[in-house]
Amino acid sequence: MALFENLSSRLSRITDAMRGKSRVTEKDIKDMMREIRLALLEADVNYQVVKDLTAEISDKARGSDVLESLTPGQQVVKIVYEALITILGEEEKLTVSSTGFTVIMLYGLQGTGKTTTAAKLALHLKDKGKKPILVSVDTHRPAAQDQLRILAEQIDVECYIDPSEKSATAIAVRGVERARYMMCDTMIVDTAGRMTVDDELMEELKAINAVVKPDERLLIVDAMIGQEAVNIAEAFDRQIGLDGFIMTKLDGDARGGAALSIRRMTGKPIKMIATGEKVGDLEVFHPDRLASRILGMGDVLTLIEKATDAFDEQHAQKTMDRLKSNRFTMQDMLEQLEQIRGMGSMQEMLAMIPGVGKKLGNAEIDERELARTRAIIQSMTMRERENPKVLNASRRRRIAAGSALTVQDVNRVVRQYDDMLKMMKQFGMLGGDKKRRRGRMPFSGFGI
Amino acid sequence: MGLFDSFKQGLTKTRDFLTAQINKVAAGIGVFDDDMLDELEMTLIQADCGITASTEAVEAIRDYIRETGDATREGVLRSLSNTLASMISEKKLQVQRGQLTIYLMIGVNGTGKTTTAAKLAQRAKNDDFRVLMAAADTFRAAAIEQLKVWGERTKTTVIAHETGSDPAAVVFDAIHAAKARSTELLIIDTAGRLHNKKNLMGELAKIRRIIDREAPDAHLETLLVIDATTGQNAIIQARAFHEVTTVTGLVVTKFDGNAKGGVAIAVARETGLPISLAGFGENAEDLRDFDRELFLKALLPES
Repeated sequence: MALFENLSSRLSRITDAMRGKSRVTEKDIKDMMREIRLALLEADVNYQVVKDLTAEISDKARGSDVLESLTPGQQVVKIVYEALITILGEEEKLTVSSTGFTVIMLYGLQGTGKTTTAAKLALHLKDKGKKPILVSVDTHRPAAQDQLRILAEQIDVECYIDPSEKSATAIAVRGVERARYMMCDTMIVDTAGRMTVDDELMEELKAINAVVKPDERLLIVDAMIGQEAVNIAEAFDRQIGLDGFIMTKLDGDARGGAALSIRRMTGKPIKMIATGEKVGDLEVFHPDRLASRILGMGDVLTLIEKATDAFDEQHAQKTMDRLKSNRFTMQDMLEQLEQIRGMGSMQEMLAMIPGVGKKLGNAEIDERELARTRAIIQSMTMRERENPKVLNASRRRRIAAGSALTVQDVNRVVRQYDDMLKMMKQFGMLGGDKKRRRGRMPFSGFGI
Repeated sequence: MGLFDSFKQGLTKTRDFLTAQINKVAAGIGVFDDDMLDELEMTLIQADCGITASTEAVEAIRDYIRETGDATREGVLRSLSNTLASMISEKKLQVQRGQLTIYLMIGVNGTGKTTTAAKLAQRAKNDDFRVLMAAADTFRAAAIEQLKVWGERTKTTVIAHETGSDPAAVVFDAIHAAKARSTELLIIDTAGRLHNKKNLMGELAKIRRIIDREAPDAHLETLLVIDATTGQNAIIQARAFHEVTTVTGLVVTKFDGNAKGGVAIAVARETGLPISLAGFGENAEDLRDFDRELFLKALLPES
């Protein structure tokens, strides 16, 4: 049995065997439920949650006409998928205090990414027009406060730390004073991580809460966490109370089943997700995307959104128009390249496509290749870009010298352009609704 | 505290859980039947042992029962312990007097690489070895400062460049410094990286090449640090890191507290890599050589 298969392929093995049988037996359903159980457990969903879920799903599967359909496997996947989305719930906004001063506390075990997330959250709020201040009350980990200060400087937000102070509560109190003095409207408090949920930690956090009176108490959860996730979340919720959680390191390839477990067992919503090491990598949580991720079916929706975000509609329209009039130039190709760059790293993008993630090792995506192509086009005159037919040997030598590449490289780009042109002509000939094709520029010219 | 007691304390929750489950299933008729073994499989999965290891262990028990007819609690436990033991191997780390040993600490973010590096430094210092640390995490803000604080606490020199500089260059300098000072143990702390980030893994491969080139005679241990609270993703992590750097030993940290502990079995089973160290706490003496027998004895219910 291959490890970490997606649910779809797991179930198809069973339903394939069912095909041709006149009747679906109790055993078939049991087998399917076993596969669903294993798929969810592989995604680190809590066992109790898995058990409840499979019971619900099996009822639903029996109650509907799923098993009479031609693709029972897909139907069951759909039921599972919808059940997951229901549990994950709607996205919920961060609380803003009516007093005009909001306090957000971040908790979590060691190494979950509290400090980094604090900075991301600050930047997120700053972009929304807030004036946040970052306060570190981590008096345990060496240089933790420095780390927050450096991050705060990078994103240019207020920060209060005091590495010489031993009392976390004292830092919190002075943090509030500083926040008020600097007229900040949101205070984000980065607390110390511990290896374990112990009484000492809880007492310290309770004492801080008593003085800062948080509006939002968020648990930071590592997407890679195993079966213990629920116990940790419940311990925090029971002792200090939680308003929600943020899941981090979702840029890795962990399925993130813990989100489902915590949501189900504590009832607390997922407020944000963190997807990278850069301070901008904080995103709003989408239940449908996380559900397909937990089932190992790729994050197709995020991919589509990234693509549509980056593709400036006007540009795309312009390209389409030019295409229609059979005038797609090197300049257009360059603009397309710029847009692809705007979508982020190629590898990030590809990792979101179902099935591609694992194969990345073989399909080497060379981002430098794209950079070289850009350099070559940028070394052309406008006339050459508009009409590549004029590119004779002497011009190609000049372009090669200008872009610090070889004539072969220039030839390659021209060839790519020709290929693209052919491709796009085919597209153009398809005709029809322009809007529908928005954002679907052919990438094939770049060897993708 | 002895190693066994450390394991025992850290794995209390998991052991209690396993004990309760196994007692529950065995209580009825005193022997295990098919459904009970299914329950046992799920119990192991809940301890983060992973599906493959759990299924295999239970299959082995079924075979054992078929062959011997012994389906008692004792028999099942013995069979389980033997099968799990066959999935794990251990490897003690050793530093040689008068020779250079290099520990390259690698892993995903937040597993405790820097802390483990510091603990290893302290350990070697206690044994009077000449130790040097290299701050090759030039990415995370204040990572260098964190290692320097540890350097002061353990009285170990730390070779460091600026944040944002090339980590391979730090490693290069550190190796030459180690040679010049006749260092016996050089511990290289690298930045945490998610194993699916190709460029960051490429950076690690480069560090590895520099070590091979500049210190071909040194004894290199590439230590993959895994957080014991990690779920099944740990298996993918281990494979990815092993592919890029040839891991020689696993370090499983955060065994105390909230770890289920089973992930050590899952990773060992799936990669065949030996476990070298186990981390139980924040103090230097809380880092111990891994011992398979004691680990299993602490994990499984008493027979």
